[in-house]
Amino acid sequence: MSAMKQEAPERREIEELLPWHAAGTLSRRDAQRVEEALARDPELARRYALVREEFGETIHLNETLGAPSARAVEKLFVAIDAEPGRRPAASFNLGSRIGEFFSSLSPRTLAWSASAAAIAILLQAGLLADIMLKEKTGGYETASAPTTDPGVGTFTLIRFAPQATSDDITKFLEANKLSIAAGPVAGGLYKVRVAVTGIPKDELARIVKKLQEDKVVSFIATTE
Amino acid sequence: MQVLYARHHVRVYRFVLRLVRNEATAEDLISEVFLDVWRQAGKFEGRSAASTWMLSIARFKALSALRRRPEEELDDETAGQIEDHADDPETTLAKKDKGSALRQCLTRLSAGHREIIDLVYYHEKSVEEVAEIVGIPEATVKTRMFYARKKLSELLKEQGIDRGWP
Repeated sequence: MSAMKQEAPERREIEELLPWHAAGTLSRRDAQRVEEALARDPELARRYALVREEFGETIHLNETLGAPSARAVEKLFVAIDAEPGRRPAASFNLGSRIGEFFSSLSPRTLAWSASAAAIAILLQAGLLADIMLKEKTGGYETASAPTTDPGVGTFTLIRFAPQATSDDITKFLEANKLSIAAGPVAGGLYKVRVAVTGIPKDELARIVKKLQEDKVVSFIATTE
Repeated sequence: MQVLYARHHVRVYRFVLRLVRNEATAEDLISEVFLDVWRQAGKFEGRSAASTWMLSIARFKALSALRRRPEEELDDETAGQIEDHADDPETTLAKKDKGSALRQCLTRLSAGHREIIDLVYYHEKSVEEVAEIVGIPEATVKTRMFYARKKLSELLKEQGIDRGWP
């Protein structure tokens, strides 16, 4: 009896972890503790089967809830379009530039992009932040550099190939007279200025097609 | 923004819908959630997963909406205590299998219990992430989940399905 009393708090502690064990969200250490307890305690194992049952039915229930209609996204875009534009920060700050990027995009013109490898994006983000910093501090000057206002000019959205190095991207930008205006955002996209003024759609389409053929580019779309 | 929306809007919508239980309200709320995400993108520090951040915003919006609806008031103190009796137990009796009975009982849990079960099982959030989203200590997260499951078993028992637990 006293042994049961001693065992109860431990069982309760393990039992409280069972839902997360079923969902696979426990730390490795806790998962191992649970596995060991399940192996030596048949009653706990029986209760775990109940948890698995709840887990499956909760997913089933949620999956039958459907998805929002197009009305939700339309309402979102109307609200975003109604937001006042933000001016760029006076000082260089990657965080504020990302915020600026979100502010300056017209969502309707953005192409949907597939997800890219997160690690590659993070590594590339570091490299490109360095490139942006060099641009800002006069490390090199692109032909399209006369303006630093991220809202002026003609732009594309580019995701660089994960294997592209900092040198590859720098050469690509210089060769094509491009400059990075903002980014990266989710999906590893950068807003890249292709001209300091507005250019005809045909001309922009020709430029985009040419850039798309470069191995440094994994995704490109026009934006405003 | 489109990438974030494409990746997360369905799950955020379902999370909100399970709380407010009105499709039109849930759609309005996810527009508000993603507008906040758009506004605050520059402030997001990446300390937690983007989905955790969005679910936190979504939860706040859903609770605010519920507070505006006097018939379904909800706050953090009462979230874990309110039971929902919107569904007639007789309906559950008519269900043919244990799975559908379980799903029926999942809809009859209180908003606080529905929320935590969804976050753990469907949204696959860890103890730490649930604590962040709901704004309660990790120990409370475990306890609340335990009692949500216990309540689920009790509801099943009322329908004649005894799971032998608790």
